[in-house]
Amino acid sequence: MARLYEYQSKKILKEEGIPVPQGDVASSPKEAGKIAQEIGRPVVLKVQLWVTGRADLGGILFAETSKEAEKKAQDLLGKKIKNYVVEKLIVEEKLDIQSEMFAGLTIDDTSKAPCLIFSSVGGTGIEEISQKYPQKIVRSPVDVLKGFKDYEARDMVRKVGISGKTMLFLSDVLVKLFALACKYDARSVEINPLVLTTDNSVYAADCHLTIDDYAVFRHPELGIEVAREFDRPPTLLEKIAYQVEKKDHRGTFYFFQMVDDVSPEGKYIGFNGAGGGGSMMSMDAVMNKGFKLANYCDTSGNPAASKVYRAAKIILSQPHIKGYFASGSGVASQEQFHSARGLVKAFWEDNLNVPAVIRLGGNYEEKAVEILHSYLKNVPARVEGYGRDDSSEFCAQRLENLVQENNFHSHMVPPWQEPGHDFLSSYSFETVTGKIFIHHQKCLNCQTKGCIEACRAQILELENGKPFLNISQEEAQKGKCTECLACELYCKFHEQDALFIHLPIPGLKEYRDRIGKED
Amino acid sequence: MSILVNERSRVLVQGITGREGMVRTRLMKDYGTQIVAGATPGKGGREVYGVPVFNTVGEAWEKVGPIDASVIFVPAALVKNAAFEAIDAGVKLLVLVPDRVPIFDVLEISNLARREGAVFVGPNTLGLLSPGQAVLGMIGGRAQSAREWFQSGIVGVSSRSGGMTSAISYYLTKAGLGQSTILHVGGDAVVGLSHPEVMEFFEKDDQTKIMVMFGEIGTTQEERVAELKEKGDITKPIVAYIGGKAAKEGTRFSHAGAIVEGSAGSHESKVQRLEKAGVRVVESIFDIPKVALKLKKNLEE
Repeated sequence: MARLYEYQSKKILKEEGIPVPQGDVASSPKEAGKIAQEIGRPVVLKVQLWVTGRADLGGILFAETSKEAEKKAQDLLGKKIKNYVVEKLIVEEKLDIQSEMFAGLTIDDTSKAPCLIFSSVGGTGIEEISQKYPQKIVRSPVDVLKGFKDYEARDMVRKVGISGKTMLFLSDVLVKLFALACKYDARSVEINPLVLTTDNSVYAADCHLTIDDYAVFRHPELGIEVAREFDRPPTLLEKIAYQVEKKDHRGTFYFFQMVDDVSPEGKYIGFNGAGGGGSMMSMDAVMNKGFKLANYCDTSGNPAASKVYRAAKIILSQPHIKGYFASGSGVASQEQFHSARGLVKAFWEDNLNVPAVIRLGGNYEEKAVEILHSYLKNVPARVEGYGRDDSSEFCAQRLENLVQENNFHSHMVPPWQEPGHDFLSSYSFETVTGKIFIHHQKCLNCQTKGCIEACRAQILELENGKPFLNISQEEAQKGKCTECLACELYCKFHEQDALFIHLPIPGLKEYRDRIGKED
Repeated sequence: MSILVNERSRVLVQGITGREGMVRTRLMKDYGTQIVAGATPGKGGREVYGVPVFNTVGEAWEKVGPIDASVIFVPAALVKNAAFEAIDAGVKLLVLVPDRVPIFDVLEISNLARREGAVFVGPNTLGLLSPGQAVLGMIGGRAQSAREWFQSGIVGVSSRSGGMTSAISYYLTKAGLGQSTILHVGGDAVVGLSHPEVMEFFEKDDQTKIMVMFGEIGTTQEERVAELKEKGDITKPIVAYIGGKAAKEGTRFSHAGAIVEGSAGSHESKVQRLEKAGVRVVESIFDIPKVALKLKKNLEE
């Protein structure tokens, strides 16, 4: 659920005809003063943050004049509330409240329908209120093909004992609320409080709208940066990860950080699950051993080796982790050697110095485990591969043992490596998300020419003993090269190390540079 | 018998000419699924691995006869139309494989399906498989692996995770317990057939004697299974595992359905509710075969 801020939600409400208090959003004290001046009446200033109970945290202030508004905006902007810095404020007219109500929409998985909720009491603590006074709250599942009719809305409002003009105002809000929920693919809407003023007008005084992240593509106008459920703004590393996922639809790569700061003393690990259920089961297993997760990550749905590589590089951009744990369901239908190759490239490049336990059960697991073991025996830390007959609990225990043997040594994030100088002038071609460099000079010493055979797509052939594409550069770039990484690993470990696959991750170089400076 | 699909089921593939559609058609056929037709608008007249392709589902039905099930492999944004087309043509079982189908689209499909007496599995599902008979979707991958991993027997498996559907079934097979049908309900917040509905199918199925459920945090599916058990609508024994014990509130863990909102849908509340209803909840996946074997012994006595 991509969350919108109050000011974004209110803008939509206003456009769809639900009354909101007069006001606007401000990023500077000056702007705040100007908005207050336009309103010309006492105003309220509200910080725009994803925290609940803003009033108690000092995030809501009142001002009588525009001058006072400007001063209070000065106090609020830049202030840190629960770890978030205030960057934006809503400045809006202060309402004369007669009563507070609640209107909202959720998606009910039992009735498989959107469900409208209306309550004649609202405000803070709506959950407790609804439990205390169940007769004041009414829920109505909506038939999406029929739509939500005005008489149904009136019936909802009537049920909690409201009649007359107020009933008409409120039912109108509900009808419009449902219409906007459909229009914007809302996952949930919460207008709380929905205020009845002393002059009997109805206003949405606060509103939270979340958009179904699977439908964000239909709403470019909302400018949602990371279409994922978060209870906080995304971190820089999450933004980097999200761009990887967005640009590469081969399989899933889902990543988020579980803590703000990985403390050097904590027993944190980098976590790389595969498949939702398998990831969760693996997470439970490893946490039962007393580990804490620096991040949660899921690479599944048959991802390309290059995608798993990027996931591992991102996970390994977190300092102080004590180990790396990868584990899925244990019986995956995808070909597991792709994931193995992605991990090998990342671990090798970063010269992994914390232990890794990799559980890659499923199709071709034997080959996957062999790739891990044979290619990673020379990195400083120990890497162990397991298959479907090894439980996630057993693997978590192995990691526990290895981390102890490694004396709880912390991971250091190495700087990002660009392709070496000698590669830049060599033969190269673009792939879907990267570029392959082949240093033909080095190929002259190659005995086996194994890259030709290693290439699964069979797009390389020998010309005078050197590998070249046997298809056009465009075809390779469009996906004929599947980025399986087999040619590079073969060449690196069996031959001349003449082949380099550059898989850029925008923003990660700078991120790692910054981490390096902080340490 | 099995549930929902067997060797006689006549199956259509929508989006059969796409990359995923083609690969999966071959794998489903390899396993023994009777694929009678495919549909892709504008690609009628072709063949994919010997399966005739038609422009519309209606045309396929006209030319090859009744269709029992349709497996949908079209981009997420087009799933709603494809599902409507299949339901309108008279197909009663749909498998919506794609991930990231907008939730309002799912609600509309669900509404139409209910009116027309159709059911659907998914979206975001690996599908379902009746061992030795047929697979709809992509469970098992290679047919050879699928034959090795899953065997016919008395356990019905329903899971909110695709990978875990295979994993649990494999561990059951290894313990000498075959399966009637294994089904991945899909990872989304709203799915067609959810755990309680699948359990009701298993309850009516003669072959199924024991049911296994892989649950997760979020949604009301597991709670509704507990309700059915308490009411006596489900009498067969259930072994369950609930993933996400260590999950954090308000954050999604891969599956859109796996999000805890307040205390509802949490790991603890689900386990308590199920245990109270008489469901055996295990701490580790590897305990499922052990408990199921015990239950089998009890049934035989």
